[in-house]
Amino acid sequence: MKRFLIVLLALLALPAQAALEVFATGPEWAALAREIGGERVNAWSATHGLQDVHRIEARPSLIARARRADLVIATGAELEIGWLPVVLRESGNAAIQPGKAGYFEAAAHVRMLDVPKTVDRIHGDVHAAGNPHFVTDARVYLKVGEALAARLAALDAAHAAAYQAGYRAFAEKWRSALARWEAQAKSLRGVPVAVQHDAFVYLEDWLGLKRVATLEPKPGVEPGAAYLQEVLVRLAAEPARMVLRPAYQHDAPSRWIAERAKLPVVTLPLTVGGTAEAKDLFTLFDDTLARLLSALTLKN
Amino acid sequence: MRRIALAAAAAALALPAAASNEAELKALREEVAQMKKAYESRIDSLEQRLAAAEAAPQKSQSPQDGAARAAATAGGFNPEVSVILQGQYRRMKDVPERSITGYWPAGGHDHGGHGHGGDERGFSLDHSELVVSANVNPYFRGLLNVALKDGEAEVEEAYFQTLGLGRGFTLKGGRFLSGIGYINEQHPHAWDFADAPLMMKALFGEHYGQDGLQLKWVAPTDLFMEFGAEIGRGARFPGTDRNQNGVGATSLFAHVGGDVGRSHAWRAGLSWLTTRAREREAHFEDTDAAGPNEVEGQFTGRSRTLIADFVWKWAPDGNPQRRNLKLQAELFRRSEHGDLACASDVGTSPCSGGVGLGRLRSAQTGGYAQAVWQFMPQWRVGYRYDWLNSGSKRYDPATVFAALDPANAYFTSHRPNRHSLMVDWSQDEFSRLRLQFARDRSMQGVTDNQVTLQYIMSLGAHGAHKF
Repeated sequence: MKRFLIVLLALLALPAQAALEVFATGPEWAALAREIGGERVNAWSATHGLQDVHRIEARPSLIARARRADLVIATGAELEIGWLPVVLRESGNAAIQPGKAGYFEAAAHVRMLDVPKTVDRIHGDVHAAGNPHFVTDARVYLKVGEALAARLAALDAAHAAAYQAGYRAFAEKWRSALARWEAQAKSLRGVPVAVQHDAFVYLEDWLGLKRVATLEPKPGVEPGAAYLQEVLVRLAAEPARMVLRPAYQHDAPSRWIAERAKLPVVTLPLTVGGTAEAKDLFTLFDDTLARLLSALTLKN
Repeated sequence: MRRIALAAAAAALALPAAASNEAELKALREEVAQMKKAYESRIDSLEQRLAAAEAAPQKSQSPQDGAARAAATAGGFNPEVSVILQGQYRRMKDVPERSITGYWPAGGHDHGGHGHGGDERGFSLDHSELVVSANVNPYFRGLLNVALKDGEAEVEEAYFQTLGLGRGFTLKGGRFLSGIGYINEQHPHAWDFADAPLMMKALFGEHYGQDGLQLKWVAPTDLFMEFGAEIGRGARFPGTDRNQNGVGATSLFAHVGGDVGRSHAWRAGLSWLTTRAREREAHFEDTDAAGPNEVEGQFTGRSRTLIADFVWKWAPDGNPQRRNLKLQAELFRRSEHGDLACASDVGTSPCSGGVGLGRLRSAQTGGYAQAVWQFMPQWRVGYRYDWLNSGSKRYDPATVFAALDPANAYFTSHRPNRHSLMVDWSQDEFSRLRLQFARDRSMQGVTDNQVTLQYIMSLGAHGAHKF
């Protein structure tokens, strides 16, 4: 009650404030910010669903956006290391520098998988903090959302209650959606899959898919014909049911394998906008599940 | 703890005859139930505290399951270190005292005649760059870039930069590559060709560094607009060290940029640099009747440079990894006015003891345009055209040529140009191999067909590049 009064007083004391400017490094974080903040946030994504977030240039337009941002939402775990540090530094915006309240990193709220024991580039493009593609596990959005709501509330204290309420409403919808997806995914448990890039570690962990082959010889290294041949031999010994490909990646390697191993290729949206169907966070996972399940019904 | 207690209790319950007493058993059960309750409430409160800690914004940056696990040791404070290894094989003509006809040689500059992509024939090791950078504290970031070569370690950059000024302002202090133009801020490993554009060599010896301060401001607009001003020592070519208290060089620059659709991005800029030279040296030959001597030509006066730069990048759907195109061009205009003099120790030389040769005014222009096309993953081809115009020079020929030989390259009117063609292969952003052909006509009467085979390897925490 006391808190409510404080909020009410704060609301009365402050004139109508402009929406929080949110600079998200991916469409999923912009979507999450909108779910929680609604009208109070003006969320913009620096990348779209068909871009490889590893390889973005620190374009002038991104610096101009970051200049006006109140909050940067990044995935973290070095996913954006090739461009975000430059954008933040060049923006001259003190509020969004790492360590400030205006810089939010989702990876800090996630249990990381594939944390390498040794960090050496002989292993390709490895990330010291672990595999950064955790957005493919739908459960992640609850924890990250909770932390994000707290951060939004801290930045825009006048509307703290609204952000908390926004998060609670989202979490409730999300939990029921999670139950639905997990029920749908029962038949996927233990299904062997091949993946083009190790972008689905968290999806596999969540749904119980069994990865039997990765088409890239090392993370971020495109496979050559000789390596794909090796993968084909391995797949003959340990067959997969489908090949998973992130929508942003070139389809040649997965198509090559799929034709020879007679497997369906499943193009998965890693984020909102990765496919035409993935319009928001909910449809993102609806579509992911639908695509996986339809591949399962195909005869090998 | 809880588990041990429960196990002990269970073991106690399981004991036969000894605990057969009904009352004792009941007491024990109650005790266990109480213990369970106590522990549960303690765990609940711990969980609540954990949730509260996670929700608090300041705390959420602290190491949790995620990113910062590895940084728990003091070693985590070590700065980012990277090393860039560069070397080449070059085939070209043996030309003594290479210079660009019509231009005052940038010999007074630190890089002298042996800058990056230098003039050595055959196999040679280029400068190896050592880069160390880190956040100093929440308010500053520091960077050191040292170029190492046999017997020399040149500080290319050593600066601090503010992180917390806000409102779009960034202040840089120390030695840094000036923000003028486009390619000037790039280190040689980021170039798309094995050597610097001819005009950059002619005007700055390779690139222009400031020892001083830079203030930059980014406007809060959708269109990227950046304005910068620099003041510095001005000791580098085209200026000279003047042992003074004031400002030796001033530069101003403005950049605008943006996107066009999902696939195109551009940046354009305008820059201006003004500095002064005192007795800036160059080698000339005199008109001594006893035979020409090598004498020192000296320029004292003001030097102004104007640069217009433009970059356009295309990457289908914003993904440069497979295919991309980069167009880049810069136009330069240098104007100088001051006094010319010459000096020699030779008694018979008309320059003996130092002689003034009157006023000298010059205006010179030039530029380069290049296109680099990545046509498949890892492979790029590029073409660059360099053109220079030795421009107009105004001086009193009677006075000047009484002392200096008119055949000196500086007084010759020539339009140097160069065509360069390159192909490079990059396994990833950390390694690059490049083959380059160039037809260099920067010296009058010499057509130099050059072949360069170059490697660039970067080790360690290599920072992101600017646009």
